[in-house]
Amino acid sequence: MQRFVSWLIGTLALLVLAVAPAFAQQPLKIGFGMSLTGPLAGNGKAALIAMEIWREDANARGGILGRKVEFVYYDDQTNPSTVPSIYSKLLDVDKVDLVVSGYGTNVIAPAMPIVMQRQLAFMGLFGLNVNSKFDYDRYFQIMPSGPEPAIGWTQGYFDTAMALNPKPQTVALVGADAEYPALALAGAREQVKRTGLKVVYDKTYPPNTLDYSPIIRAIQATNPDLVYVASYPPDSAGLIRAANEVGLKTRMFGGGMVGPQFAALKSQLGPLLNGIVNYESYAPDVDDKFPSVGPFLAKYQARAAKEGVDPLGFYLPPYAYAMMEVLEQAIKGVGSLDQAKIADYMHKTEFTTYVGKVRFGRNGEWAQPRMLAVQYKGITGNDLDQWRKAGHVTVLAPAPYRTGNVATPYQDNRK
Amino acid sequence: MESATALVLNAVIAGLLLGGFYAAVSVGVSISFGMLDVVNIAHPAFIILGSYAAYIVNDRLGVDPIVASLVLSPLFFLLGMAIYRVYYLCFERRGQESLRGLAFFFGILFITEVALILVFGVDYRLARAAYSETTWRLGPVDFPLRLVVPFLVSVAMVIGIEVFLTRTFFGRAVLAVAQDALALRLMGVDTLRVKERAFALSIATAGVAGAFLIVIQPVQPAIGREYIGLVFAVCVLGGMGSIRGTLAGAFILGLAESFTSTFAGPSWAPAVSFGILLATLAFRPSGLFGR
Repeated sequence: MQRFVSWLIGTLALLVLAVAPAFAQQPLKIGFGMSLTGPLAGNGKAALIAMEIWREDANARGGILGRKVEFVYYDDQTNPSTVPSIYSKLLDVDKVDLVVSGYGTNVIAPAMPIVMQRQLAFMGLFGLNVNSKFDYDRYFQIMPSGPEPAIGWTQGYFDTAMALNPKPQTVALVGADAEYPALALAGAREQVKRTGLKVVYDKTYPPNTLDYSPIIRAIQATNPDLVYVASYPPDSAGLIRAANEVGLKTRMFGGGMVGPQFAALKSQLGPLLNGIVNYESYAPDVDDKFPSVGPFLAKYQARAAKEGVDPLGFYLPPYAYAMMEVLEQAIKGVGSLDQAKIADYMHKTEFTTYVGKVRFGRNGEWAQPRMLAVQYKGITGNDLDQWRKAGHVTVLAPAPYRTGNVATPYQDNRK
Repeated sequence: MESATALVLNAVIAGLLLGGFYAAVSVGVSISFGMLDVVNIAHPAFIILGSYAAYIVNDRLGVDPIVASLVLSPLFFLLGMAIYRVYYLCFERRGQESLRGLAFFFGILFITEVALILVFGVDYRLARAAYSETTWRLGPVDFPLRLVVPFLVSVAMVIGIEVFLTRTFFGRAVLAVAQDALALRLMGVDTLRVKERAFALSIATAGVAGAFLIVIQPVQPAIGREYIGLVFAVCVLGGMGSIRGTLAGAFILGLAESFTSTFAGPSWAPAVSFGILLATLAFRPSGLFGR
């Protein structure tokens, strides 16, 4: 009996010693705010699912630095004013080891002063040109808008436009009174200077506008060759419907519309999207260029269906996962949580992620732009499944991803 | 290129159509806030609730969202009665309606939003109607039916409420409560019942306005907050408690928004609208049709 007890105690001691390293350390806590309510909550929840998938994968690989990864996150309500207090709480009360951003320019910018004050390495999720005002050397951003984000963001649209024959002469610029559209329009104005186009309309509208037909009519009155739009989902829908109702005549319409990338608007607008030139970060038409995205989306879509979130997940989720992959690889590469070393490593290293190779430039943006300029074509009805197959999204730029030519004028492609 | 005349005509039509929708979302506040002195800050939440109710019926049964909202309006009426009863018992009866009552309606606003998020998620929803993508053209003027149909139903609803309030015994009782509730009680009238039903009517109009909204644009649970300022501005401009004033105020703000968007720039529209409100109040503090 005594031998058995000794044997049992010995076995238990060995077991404890074997698993001790995994549990002896505190979990590695990553904190962030995320839009779980408010106008961009659909995107925020989709990003959160992707990040949770990464967390589970990372823990299945043994965690990071031998520590289990945990998230601490709060709902920023898609409201920039909530962001400073969220990040202060994460750092001072929750004592997180690392922070990453929530989704979008509007909530990344207000986190920057706190992150900079604490000298943290900071990964941003789809912020447009946020670092232009801060010039913070530990900021990194996963959206592939390139080293000059405002210009890179609009490059595909304007390159496509300027390749038209005859060359367009005039452009109308319109966008919402908000952070992202303001930055996108600033980029469009830079493109206008570069290309020598004449601006015939350049105005913004309040985000709670209900009827966009007066705006479209005012644009039509200037008879522009191109209409560049920087908008959020509800206004994208309103502008697209108004363009159809008014019968907008122009050669290219779209550019920087947030919304048509998501399943909800793809399904609701259906054939109204035909002819619009816009941006996407992934499309089934170029699936061969994104070999890891398909398997990831299979995982994501199974969860999204249960949680009532964007059932396609083409736009944001692969990049939300990739953002966390970059962070994981950087910490493992450095072997510690030293923020300066992590930032330095991120500047110097090319990362292999689900969305492909990622290398950051001096300002923390992608070294090369890769956002896809696309045109929606041949959409019939409101069936979402048609978007899962190739054939409805023609990739116009950048050149390595190109699958076809732009069809103009816009009005001939609307239906 | 569109001629200036066509732009003006289209701006007028767009303004009137928009005003029709603004009237629908504001008439309930005109009743609750203007007549009953109940600061129902949760009114936009009931509008969004109406949007989702219409969406469910439209999505599951294929019924036109506006028809669905009219069929469902008795349920919203009952909901309004229940909410007013709670408000009365907890706050109004104790004379605590001013601040605590306001907090109560704020609470309802947030609870409704969260409940909608839990049930429907956070994606944008849009109800489809047979006329959603149809536009009638009369010469150079466009009539998008997704705005025309809500406009027609809205104007009919607001005129119906005006007739009801001015031509029926119960309606006059509501107006009397608005003017002097104490005098009415001294005459033996059950003012609680009158106010309860009038408030319920205001919630029923919110349900119908919600269906208009989801026909006009995609809706998500928190979108109602964007209309709080607008609905109160329409009521104050028209004159507190005046239904015809609400209709006039809605058309004025709709036209102001449309003309500003067309000729000056849409970002000026809120400034122009609220400028009109301030100017009106400077010369007529009780609003256009206020007493």
